[in-house]
Amino acid sequence: MKLWEVAHVRTGDKGNISNVSVTVYDPEHFNMVSEKLTPEFIKKWFGKQVLGEVKRYDLPQLGALNFVMYDALGGGVTSSTALDKHGKTLGAYLLDIPF
Amino acid sequence: MKKIRIGSGAGYAGDRLEPALELMEHGNLNYICFEGLAERTIALAQKAKKADPEKGYNDLLLYRMEKVLPLAHKNKIKVITNMGAANPKKAMEEVAKLATTLGLKNLKVAAVIGDDISHKIQDYIRETVIETGQPLSEINKDLFSANAYLGSDGIVEALSNDADIIITGRVADPSLFLAPLLYEFEWEKTDWKKMGIGTMIGHLLECAGQATGGYFADPGIKEVPDLWNLGFPLVEVNDAGEGFITKLENTGGMVTTATCTEQLLYEIHDPENYLTPDCTADFSKVTFHELQKDIIEFSGASGKSATATYKVSVGYLNGFIGEGQISYGGPNCIARALLAKEIVEKRLENLPFPISKLRCDLIGINSLFDEGEMPKEINEVRLRVAGKTNTKEQAQFIANEVETLYTNGPYGGGGATKKVEEIISIASILVPKDDFEINVLYKTN
Repeated sequence: MKLWEVAHVRTGDKGNISNVSVTVYDPEHFNMVSEKLTPEFIKKWFGKQVLGEVKRYDLPQLGALNFVMYDALGGGVTSSTALDKHGKTLGAYLLDIPF
Repeated sequence: MKKIRIGSGAGYAGDRLEPALELMEHGNLNYICFEGLAERTIALAQKAKKADPEKGYNDLLLYRMEKVLPLAHKNKIKVITNMGAANPKKAMEEVAKLATTLGLKNLKVAAVIGDDISHKIQDYIRETVIETGQPLSEINKDLFSANAYLGSDGIVEALSNDADIIITGRVADPSLFLAPLLYEFEWEKTDWKKMGIGTMIGHLLECAGQATGGYFADPGIKEVPDLWNLGFPLVEVNDAGEGFITKLENTGGMVTTATCTEQLLYEIHDPENYLTPDCTADFSKVTFHELQKDIIEFSGASGKSATATYKVSVGYLNGFIGEGQISYGGPNCIARALLAKEIVEKRLENLPFPISKLRCDLIGINSLFDEGEMPKEINEVRLRVAGKTNTKEQAQFIANEVETLYTNGPYGGGGATKKVEEIISIASILVPKDDFEINVLYKTN
């Protein structure tokens, strides 16, 4: 099973900081997803894309986790040379996480 | 109990207009807010104003207002927008003129000014840049714009003076929506819970279609109906701050607890401490409840006191980006694209000027995220080369190098494109609120 089947994600940016929310479709999967998706796990998953620390904020009543990833956007929308300067597409790569 | 309905007319500077007009026609709205000013947009507008003092407001302002003003007049809907960008005064004058041309009488247009401190940015040169932790003076470039994210104050004042159309410069996105709530319900500016609720409502609405199923669909698992005809959101709220978010019935998209949750956390860091000019909002206990299909009730938002400072975005010119792209197709296309990449990299190394942040990506393989394995074969791939330089001419070299692959590179390169862009970067600093003087100007046609 992949994260794609149990949760949906959305990515946003502020400067060089990217945040990705992960929300489960069914509250039953919240514990399973929270246990696996630690900040350390997310940092490792994104590899050299995320140079800074990753912080996680939990919103169990919404079945959601919010990951805030520092130094993650090659300088951010106002100075990056990347195609996707906002990093809007980044969250989608989490959907491949296996369970 | 008094209720008001606020619609969202735009989620960014270039957004669609039809959904806003639909809302104004059929949404039974009291207010509609158009958000059109991203972090860097204001700096671009300041640059436009420098080149021509009559410009510097949103390019689509008059195109939008030509359709919006008659509906606002007919249905008694007040319009609030930050499309004044770097020149709200000129925007106000132009909109008032347009109202006259359209034959609309007694429309009071207001401009909120005071966010622009470009002229005295040198006073703050020792302030710490939030992004880098270094003093602003370290940037050592021409700091050509400085705009504070103002809160709801100026807009509330304009509403109290019966303005119909309110045009601002840099105002925090949720504050555009919070202002009518403060005015209509006479909420105290220090009622932090209410300020938090109003800020949450603003946050849900500020990206328009992103709350109604835009930036959401994923065929097979997250289906969104009639996305081509996406409706924009509206909120109905009472003076206790209770209410729901919905969209018009005959439009595409959907409002669900899932779309609302995604939007609630969009570009938020710590949900318990979301800093805005009006308050420190707390979204950590927010819940959503489906009342009916596409009608979602919200509750649980709260807030704490605002900080004593405004965040100021300082714009500066930061060199140029040169970019070139070219495509390869058919068998062995990845190998040919990689050969093309190697050629460009070698040639750029020999140029007599520095290039920073050079990226050579294969679009279709690793341009968005580069952590997986290279696939063995695909049907087509596109090389993208981009780098930063000090001058425009230098940036042009990068773009040209990719184009020369047509006749000098591997077999079958096609569809080459090139572009050169000036980089406008932003540094953020905090400036005491007391240093600002917010004023409202009026023009009645």
